[in-house]
Amino acid sequence: MDLVNISIPAAGLYAILGYAVVFFGLVLLMIVMMVMGKIMHKDAPKAAAAAPVTAAPAPVREAPKAPGTAGELKLYDTDPRDAAMIMAIVADTMKKPLNELRFISIREVKER
Amino acid sequence: MQIMDVLAKLGGESGFALFFMQGGWKNLVMIIIAFVLLYLGIVKKFEPLLLVGIAFGCLLTNLSYFLGHGENALYHPEIWANFLDPQNTAAYHSYGYIMKNAGLLDFFYIGVKAGIYPSLIFMGVGAMTDFGPLLARPKSLLLGAAAQLGVFVAFFGAVLLGFTGPQAASIGIIGGADGPTAIFLTTKLAPELLGPIAIAAYSYMALIPMIQPPIMKALTNDKMRVVKMEQAREVSKTEKIVFPMVVATFVILLLPSTAPLIGCLMLGNLFKECGVTERLSDTVQNALMNIVTIFLATSVGATMVADNFLKLDTIKIVVLGLIAFAISTVGGLLGGIVMYKTSGGEINPLIGSAGVSAVPMAARVSQDVGRKYNKNNYLLMHAMGPNVAGVIGSAIAAGFLLSVFG
Repeated sequence: MDLVNISIPAAGLYAILGYAVVFFGLVLLMIVMMVMGKIMHKDAPKAAAAAPVTAAPAPVREAPKAPGTAGELKLYDTDPRDAAMIMAIVADTMKKPLNELRFISIREVKER
Repeated sequence: MQIMDVLAKLGGESGFALFFMQGGWKNLVMIIIAFVLLYLGIVKKFEPLLLVGIAFGCLLTNLSYFLGHGENALYHPEIWANFLDPQNTAAYHSYGYIMKNAGLLDFFYIGVKAGIYPSLIFMGVGAMTDFGPLLARPKSLLLGAAAQLGVFVAFFGAVLLGFTGPQAASIGIIGGADGPTAIFLTTKLAPELLGPIAIAAYSYMALIPMIQPPIMKALTNDKMRVVKMEQAREVSKTEKIVFPMVVATFVILLLPSTAPLIGCLMLGNLFKECGVTERLSDTVQNALMNIVTIFLATSVGATMVADNFLKLDTIKIVVLGLIAFAISTVGGLLGGIVMYKTSGGEINPLIGSAGVSAVPMAARVSQDVGRKYNKNNYLLMHAMGPNVAGVIGSAIAAGFLLSVFG
């Protein structure tokens, strides 16, 4: 088939095929990532269960996590809305896109 | 008398005189276009890191290269035409021939022609990207796939308008909203269109905050726009380290032609995540990225030679590029709407438009539009998932087109 002077029906066919290939590739990748996530998360509870045996730490209140942080940011006595505002202000002040910054935790400092 | 002859010779050879030679007016038009692009980059801040370099490269080329008077030129389109001409045995695919005849910008352009700069830019993008939101919600990949619709619709449209298959593929990839990918593919398939395609790709990326919101508003209703999404699951460090290895292995095996882009993207990401190569990650994100951007932008700008650029085809490319961007946004939003329906209203379809790549601009647009309808809605990190999925999606689309037309 002449792909340089491609005919219109052939172009339509390749367009559909190309879109299908992109979907096929990304759907397969999604399945791989889901399996990967399942395997990694199966180990996580085991590790968490093993921890009290060795250390037996004092019960700690699980801090609520801010929305949209992929679970990395821990909030202590901070409202998610305030946390989002703080992150936006920090990003703006540093002149850095928010996705290039990593916030570990936000804690309200109370006056004693 | 001799002095007068010398002065007359200098005057006759000057660029000012060449404006009045055959086709010289075209250079003047291109110089004005370069000034307009500089204005857009510097004053309007349209992708300034790239547009300033592209515009200045265009200026330098059109100040030094006039049709039939290329002896002092910084860029020579004819030597690159010979380089691609199989009939020209001395020049065909001979970098020795290029080195012998090159001007400064021809040397810069070797990095574009060999696909080095786009791949290195992808390495920098990988080192700057957090794939955490995508790992937390792998279904985002579907939105990244859906948002490649514009690539293939624009490809088809370009064929309808009379472009050849390889040219149409290069025009279509503008819809991937990914500058390095567009440059990479165009250099391989239709180098004669590199200037207009790069300009269209980067200009529309800068215009995303204007192009996307009306489409987002038209395709969604108030109920959809106010959806607050649940927090994504926690992503472990190990997952983030394994991710680039898995993606590189999987995608390159699936489509080997994506190897330069996906390979570099994932290598950059591994530098960032593995925790033992901070210095390399820092260099790739900053120094290397900046150096490559300078060479890439000026050499792409250099290809905007008057005779190549001032054609009806350029206008067609600009229009098709806009259509590609708009349709990719539609595709992403339709994907978002399907996910909204199938998830029982848990997914906000506005994040679908971020699947067009253009990291992180498109994700910011999702955030801004979402907050307009619900002040307490923070979609940014949810939109980053489809956004980075779009980078992988556009690389796969480019790989497919390269496999077929390369």
